[in-house]
Amino acid sequence: MSLVHEIDFGTPRSKSEKMVTLTIDGQSVSVPEGTSIMRAAMEMGTQIPKLCATDMVDAFGSCRLCLVEIEGRAGTPASCTTPAMDGLVVHTQNARLAALRKGVMELYISDHPLDCLTCAANGDCELQDMAGAVGLRDVRYGYDGENHVFAKSGPKHNHNSPEACENDHWMAKDESNPYFTYDPSKCIVCSRCVRACEEVQGTFALTISGRGFESRVSPGMSESFLDSECVSCGACVQACPTATLTEKAVIEIGQPEHSAVTTCAYCGVGCTFKAEMRGEELVRMVPYKDGKANRGHSCVKGRFAWGYANHKERILNPMIREKITDPWQEVSWDEAFNFAAKKFKGIQAKHGRDSIGGITSSRCTNEEVFVVQKLIRAGFGNNNVDTCARVCHSPTGYGLSSTFGTSAGTQDFDSVEDTDVVMIIGANPTDGHPVFASRLKKRLRAGAKLIVVDPRQTDIVRSAHIEAQHHLPLMPGTNVAVLTALAHVIVTEGLADETFIRERCDWSEFEDWAAFVAQPNHSPEATAIMTGVDPKELRAAARLFATGGNGAIYYGLGVTEHSQGSTTVIAIANLAMATGNIGRPGVGVNPLRGQNNVQGSCDMGSFPHELPGYRHISGDAVREQFEAMWNVKLNSEPGLRIPNMFDAATEGTFMGLYVQGEDILQSDPNTKHVVAALSAMECVIVHDLFLNETANYAHVFFPGSTFLEKNGTFTNAERRIQRVRKVMSPKNGLEDWEVTLGFAKALGYEMSYNHPSEIMDEIAALTPTFAGVSYAKLEEVGSVQWPCNEKQPLGTPIMHMDGFVRGKGKFMLTEYIATDERTGPRFPLLLTTGRILSQYNVGAQTRRTENVVWHEEDRLELHPHDAELRGIRDGDWVRLQSRAGETTLRALLTERMAPGVVYTTFHHPTTQANVITTEFSDWATNCPEYKVTAVQISPSNGPSEWQKEYDEQARQSRRIAMPVVEAAE
Amino acid sequence: MDTHTSTSPDRLIYMANQIGDFFNSQGHDHAVAGIAEHIKKFWDPRMRKKIFEHLDAGGAGLKPNVLEAIASLKK
Repeated sequence: MSLVHEIDFGTPRSKSEKMVTLTIDGQSVSVPEGTSIMRAAMEMGTQIPKLCATDMVDAFGSCRLCLVEIEGRAGTPASCTTPAMDGLVVHTQNARLAALRKGVMELYISDHPLDCLTCAANGDCELQDMAGAVGLRDVRYGYDGENHVFAKSGPKHNHNSPEACENDHWMAKDESNPYFTYDPSKCIVCSRCVRACEEVQGTFALTISGRGFESRVSPGMSESFLDSECVSCGACVQACPTATLTEKAVIEIGQPEHSAVTTCAYCGVGCTFKAEMRGEELVRMVPYKDGKANRGHSCVKGRFAWGYANHKERILNPMIREKITDPWQEVSWDEAFNFAAKKFKGIQAKHGRDSIGGITSSRCTNEEVFVVQKLIRAGFGNNNVDTCARVCHSPTGYGLSSTFGTSAGTQDFDSVEDTDVVMIIGANPTDGHPVFASRLKKRLRAGAKLIVVDPRQTDIVRSAHIEAQHHLPLMPGTNVAVLTALAHVIVTEGLADETFIRERCDWSEFEDWAAFVAQPNHSPEATAIMTGVDPKELRAAARLFATGGNGAIYYGLGVTEHSQGSTTVIAIANLAMATGNIGRPGVGVNPLRGQNNVQGSCDMGSFPHELPGYRHISGDAVREQFEAMWNVKLNSEPGLRIPNMFDAATEGTFMGLYVQGEDILQSDPNTKHVVAALSAMECVIVHDLFLNETANYAHVFFPGSTFLEKNGTFTNAERRIQRVRKVMSPKNGLEDWEVTLGFAKALGYEMSYNHPSEIMDEIAALTPTFAGVSYAKLEEVGSVQWPCNEKQPLGTPIMHMDGFVRGKGKFMLTEYIATDERTGPRFPLLLTTGRILSQYNVGAQTRRTENVVWHEEDRLELHPHDAELRGIRDGDWVRLQSRAGETTLRALLTERMAPGVVYTTFHHPTTQANVITTEFSDWATNCPEYKVTAVQISPSNGPSEWQKEYDEQARQSRRIAMPVVEAAE
Repeated sequence: MDTHTSTSPDRLIYMANQIGDFFNSQGHDHAVAGIAEHIKKFWDPRMRKKIFEHLDAGGAGLKPNVLEAIASLKK
């Protein structure tokens, strides 16, 4: 193996379809119009020396190293800023150009330290490469003059250093960011970092301060990186051609020697990375430019927050115990498998076949999910399998399959580049899906319009060079009313796309729907009293969406996690159909998925009523295919969903649970009820990296493997199936699919696979939408989006192009029904929950990384007005109470919140945010209503009694017994 | 009813009525068929058994279309 090298073409690809032909160094080359001469040269294999150019950002033309001669033109233009044109004759090297370049390079080096041997960029320094490329042999200027290289006083920096001197130009290294350092003495002011921050990330945290010799890269207003607006995405580090911005891991370990292309295990964007290695040690994760979801970009989590894999709290040995009050006993894998199997068989013997079940992980691979659901359906003999999508995007599956015929988003992420109007509903992409947000912001800066429907003024509403045309700050729980009001305006003002609807949808269903939404009680004016949304703004937003060109809807858990989650998804689908925004680039309905493989875990048959590929378990023909392949009779009845499992546990009919990679105790609503359910069970098996909160109530612990330690595939929010590649041996000894196989074998249901690729072959054989997927194909083409089959051998970037999957698009009526979770005198405020950039989900991974510097605790965000009424100041401890329970956390006063609405994250177990949330849930899927809880807040002195008891229980439960040393005979 | 302790069958009655609330706007016939199909497709047998028992005991708390749908499902 060696490092995966990516070609840097110097300037971005032109999208033009018109080709131009020019001659470079005597060779004819054809490129799309708009391509730079630099890129045209690189396409034919000639690298023109360059420093300030890189193909992730637009050409800048500042370093003057890429000069060329063009016949018939005066001077020596920069090849990065000069477009290729028909008939140009270009020379990239001659005596004149060589002399010019040498002169430029000599000046650069005259103000650069020459500690190359001990420099962290040694082996990966473009400045050094270019010095070599231009043949620089001598630097005539000493360091006696002005320079940025040496400290004011103190010891000499290296052997090239003259006597230490006073130097106002020198700046100390900034090591404030936990993952990278900024060493101004090595900066050549190419401004690649500044442009990456602007163009790629869209944060505009960096600038060049000063002019001429005073020019400096400056985070914020000459702040440290950590104190600035920097979001630590790493784009600047990647863009830096020198050691000025360098990963701390590279400084510590050295340059990597081999790499593998793999997929991030954080959010549903599914960024492709190169895992750059030294032996089995991970040096860094670098976003891969050919990654079709991320196009070479990353966020702080995927790029840097992988240290949890080596965290001291990671459990590496299987453990068992009889009672949850006992300390854990470390045992061999076989002992753990046999112990667990005996327990589960015992439970089935006593309580019946349906008394056990399992939860698949949306963090694990498709192959791992597939074998867990197979174990449950074929080995346990029931359909009690569910996944964490239950608590996030299950309404998406229900709503989109009812209206369009597929349980997935309609577009690829590239589609946003063709969007004219973006509507974001109940999603906070800059925090939750940051790499997609960067791509979205790029499009918005280029002129696309933005509508945001969200109770909070999220960052996307107004940030650097971006401002939403319309922000509709609705009261939590009124999504359906707002969406139906948008539809009301579109229908009553005659803005619906009749041609599209007549051609693609059921016309009579549309007519029923149009009559329904046109009712006066659905108008923006009539619903404003419930929704709190200004009717004028709402009307303007509806008109913009219907008439502004390609309209795309992106939504998140603010849509699904409600009593009417499924209804809202249906309303979104209605809106897209009514405006003709389905079936081409730039439009569509796009759920932003929470976890890396939520889409995949749903595809793989993780729902109790569906076999892989979303086919109902009661369908005889499909079930018989599985029965034939698995050689076992399957149960034709739907099984229990997660909340139903808890209910059944407290009733005594569900007594054993195998949970893979999911912390249900922390993530599911009404913690006390979950505790009661887990406590009632006779055997809980937790299969995870850490002793998570659920493990406090577990009897068996199977240690898990990280995404770096196994082979498999993840499927992202675009339905894109991408490889996860093993770059190190599992520290726990087994890949997760092997753990499931071991447990299955002990239960007497043997599955034999030698490699996850064989599991994928079985998936492909049983699932029509995956029929064309194989590891060989993924090796060949990188990734595919399902459906991938005979008709679409390379996958389907955009769905419903020639008609809906279900045939005709189905309009469905969406009556607004207020949730029963209401505010009142005792609980006058509404709590809504979400996440922030640096943390992920329940925080099990990110809390065990340096990301805690950005978010060390969950805070309660509230409007200063609500705070003042209650005598609460910023940073005070507050008691947060709902009908379900109470907890305490510290307040954060912010005007992002509307008065009457408070907000918190759920990344930290000590906060116990889910003690507060209730068990109201979506009518169709039982997805919990996390986004609406009536609460009261009051000043407090510190943690609640429950929090103290919980902490004590957790501490007791996590004890691991010391190995018993057998006495010698 | 206290939905925070989820004692069966209250929880199931609540869930069934919620399903009814979605389908009711489609008119009686569609609604009854829709509710019945939804419960058949998504409820585990022990949940259906429990709601049938509740129906046999009079079905208190179930809204009319929901009651009818569950009765049709039981046949």
